[in-house]
Amino acid sequence: MSVRQYDLVYILPPDTSEQQATEMHDQVAAIVSRMNGTIEKTENWGRRKLAYEIGPHKEGVYVLEVINGDGDLVKEIDRRLKVTDAIVRHMIVRVDEEKKVVDRTRTRRQTSSERRRVRRGLPPVRQPGEGRSAETEESDDDRFDGVEV
Amino acid sequence: MPFGQGRSGGRGRGDKKKDGEKQGQRRPMFRRRKVCKFCADKIDDINYKDVKLIGPFVPERGKILPRRISGTCAMHQRKLQTAIKRARQIALIPYVTD
Repeated sequence: MSVRQYDLVYILPPDTSEQQATEMHDQVAAIVSRMNGTIEKTENWGRRKLAYEIGPHKEGVYVLEVINGDGDLVKEIDRRLKVTDAIVRHMIVRVDEEKKVVDRTRTRRQTSSERRRVRRGLPPVRQPGEGRSAETEESDDDRFDGVEV
Repeated sequence: MPFGQGRSGGRGRGDKKKDGEKQGQRRPMFRRRKVCKFCADKIDDINYKDVKLIGPFVPERGKILPRRISGTCAMHQRKLQTAIKRARQIALIPYVTD
C-alpha cells in the first residue's frame, strides 16, 4: 500500500503527567511500528486552554504526531484512540497532498522570481544588503523628498 | 432615480435635482479595494495548527468571516474554511460563543 503522511493530534486531560504523556506516545508508536509505519515528528504543545469545554475539561495537553503510513494503520490508530479513555479528543488528517501542493507553489514562485531577477540583470537570489524593508524605506524616503521639494 | 420614490410630482420635474442628490450620497461611499491577505503576504500554507493566522477570520461569535467582508480570494477562503473547521474539531477555535 502506498505510504501517506498524516497528522495526528490528540488531547490529554490537563492533569496528565509527563510520564503518562510519554506512555501514550509509546502506545501510539507501538501501533505505528507494528503496522510498518514511521513517526516522523512528535510535538508536545503542552497545556492549552480549550476553545470550548469537552466534557468536564477546560484545558488539555496537546500532542501532535506526524506519521508516515498507510490507510490501515490510520484506521487502527483511530479505533484504538476512540476506545482509550485517557484521550479527550483526537483528530487525524492526511497532509501529504496539501504539502505537495504547497511545496510546488513555493518552488514555482521562487523560480519565477529568480527568472525575473535574472532578466533584470540581478543575481537570482536576493542579496543580504537589499532586503525588502530597505527597499520600501528607500521608496518612502523618495516620496518624502518629493513632498519637501 | 425615478423608481420607488413615491413623489407626487411625477418623473419630469424632480428628476434632475434628485439625481444630483442621490449621486452626492453615493459617491462618498467609496470603499477601499480589499485585497486577499494570503495573496498579498504570499502565504502558501493555511494550516489548522496556526491559530494566530486563522484567528482574525473567526470573529467574536465564532462564525467564519465572509469573503465580502474580509476580501479573501475564493481559493484562499476555501483553504481557510477547511483550516478553521479542523481547528474547531480539536478545540483550538470555538464553534460558537455567545
